[in-house]
Amino acid sequence: MSRIKRLYNWFEMRLQLEGPVKDAVLHPVPRNTASWFYVFGSAATTLLMLQIVTGILLAFVYVPSGAEAWRSLDELNNHLYLGWFLRAMHGWGSNFMVAVVLIHMCQVFTFGAYKFPRELTWILGVFMLLMTLGMAFTGQVLRFDQDAYWGLGIGASIMSRVPLVGGALVDLLLGGPIIAGATLSRFFALHVFIIPGILLLFTATHIWMVIKLGINDWPMPGRIVRRDTYLQEYHELTHKDGVPFVPDALWKDMFFSAAVLAAVAVCAVVFGPYGPSGQPDPTIVNTVPKPDFFFLWLYAVLAYLPPSLETPFILIAPVLGICALLALPLLAGEGEKSWHRRPVAILLLVTVAVSFGIFTHLGTFTPWSPIMDAWSSDPVPPKLIHDATPVERQGAVVFQAKQCRNCHSIGGSGGMRGPALDDVAVRLTEDQLIRQVLQGGGNMPAYGKNLTPPETTALVRFLETLKPPGRRPAIDATQQEQKALNAPQP
Amino acid sequence: MSEEKPVSRRWLLVAVGTAFNGIVAAAVAVPVIGYLLSPIKKKSAYLKWISLGKLDQFPEGQTRLASFENPFERPQDGETAKTPCWVRRLSAEQFQVFAINCAHLGCPVRWFPQSELFMCPCHGGVYYADGARASGPPERGLFTYDYKVVNGELHINAGQMPTLADQAKLVTIAGKGKSPCLG
Repeated sequence: MSRIKRLYNWFEMRLQLEGPVKDAVLHPVPRNTASWFYVFGSAATTLLMLQIVTGILLAFVYVPSGAEAWRSLDELNNHLYLGWFLRAMHGWGSNFMVAVVLIHMCQVFTFGAYKFPRELTWILGVFMLLMTLGMAFTGQVLRFDQDAYWGLGIGASIMSRVPLVGGALVDLLLGGPIIAGATLSRFFALHVFIIPGILLLFTATHIWMVIKLGINDWPMPGRIVRRDTYLQEYHELTHKDGVPFVPDALWKDMFFSAAVLAAVAVCAVVFGPYGPSGQPDPTIVNTVPKPDFFFLWLYAVLAYLPPSLETPFILIAPVLGICALLALPLLAGEGEKSWHRRPVAILLLVTVAVSFGIFTHLGTFTPWSPIMDAWSSDPVPPKLIHDATPVERQGAVVFQAKQCRNCHSIGGSGGMRGPALDDVAVRLTEDQLIRQVLQGGGNMPAYGKNLTPPETTALVRFLETLKPPGRRPAIDATQQEQKALNAPQP
Repeated sequence: MSEEKPVSRRWLLVAVGTAFNGIVAAAVAVPVIGYLLSPIKKKSAYLKWISLGKLDQFPEGQTRLASFENPFERPQDGETAKTPCWVRRLSAEQFQVFAINCAHLGCPVRWFPQSELFMCPCHGGVYYADGARASGPPERGLFTYDYKVVNGELHINAGQMPTLADQAKLVTIAGKGKSPCLG
């Protein structure tokens, strides 16, 4: 017996791990589940490990103090050997982890894998998704830059909308009356101890159940899941046409995990670490806070909700959504697994995915926000005022100086909060323009109080020139009639 | 013998041991709930009169950015102990002090003196010079601080981040006739 074998035996005799490990790695899985579709769960686990390792390495330097956090990130980014790389790996690892977890969930949903007897595996998975998102949000707070500061403000403002206990929840979230050092300390505890602790426990349970219950068989149209027959059928499937998990299925997991890790590393090297953006000095108000990628959809939804619906939506929709996800395997625990026979489920998934995609896309360019410096940075296209009269030119000056440009674009630049004005003269008559400018309405502020009559006249004259060549200006039909009536008289 | 008894002596001891553990754990843990909930305080406990400085830095008819150190500052707060606010001076003794936080979701509103509007960079909330809602998603006007003039200095009652949960000290937008829309 070789020395290595003796050493192994010495440990094995005391640890007694060989039996359970062999059971776990050699358990038979249905042959067709050794598929590239079944690699996302293991990739998510790999990314979780990456996050833990890089997170611990960052904790060697990071200081969870409101006064020091930003500077310690600066030190990591700029002064420590490979500090920037670890921050980038952790940041990109979190992006990949959210993405892979979501893909894993879509795959499980599409393959009907949440059905009997894997209901609890799914329910735990829902909590693990929530905790992954919780990690993403708390991690963004630990960056403790301007985005983190104002992101906390948004979090507190959402909390404050809860009836009765809103104020208490804000105090709890912030750890005091304002966003400050105490806030960062508690988010550090959440991000480093509480959420990862529970997440690890849930991950272990999740994987335990996957091993004990067996990986979901490839869905076949017509192979119906029934509580009283499924276990028997699955047992036959794995024993008649099964392969051992190691090595038949595992090698694909290994390849995919390595590819994902490599992709994280490439992103980290190419794109670098996330921020930190400006120092968390709240008196720097010239800032445009924006959440990280995975919360952009929420940012967009919050912009589009009408004011009256906002509080009910923010407070009720997430609860309903989570309840629906939790209830799914309990309500649909039997029946068809194949996507060929579950049109409603697939349509639902596509609808949700497309909605998230659209809101996220909108979140990347925020058409609902005024562009705060458009009035001073985007010039009026010279060709628009080339042949303009002095009054019209003065109107263009008023247009810029009164920040109209922050919400309205002309010539393709400027805000998108209000309609583009390139053809406003085609849409609105002079009277309508004056009314709109002075009284506002339709989500536009009224300018009646801060425009003098000459400014208003000049501005409207300028706006009347804004129409594509060859298009006729808007006309007031009643005035035309009046003119026609009056015409023959003199 | 013992297996015939409904509760064996050992199981009784286990039950008593469990109860004992439970009692000790509850006795230790229940007060700790108070530790966890300690940030929750009455609003008055988080408010204090603070000076924004001499009156002459706020010219009449103008709106200026001011800032103050949070009265409950701790060393680890760093820069976040500072809070900005917008001060509008209407006349010698008349002021409006607006919170920096948009009434929608708390982002920092910015004052544009040319168009006399506050605009929010996050979701496009806009307010008039008097803090009344002009457009966008906010449900109400800007939050305001109570103020008083003491020895030629402007003092405000502040210390807590204003949110919708914090209604008592807030102005409502309806029916004051201040907004150009209404008046």
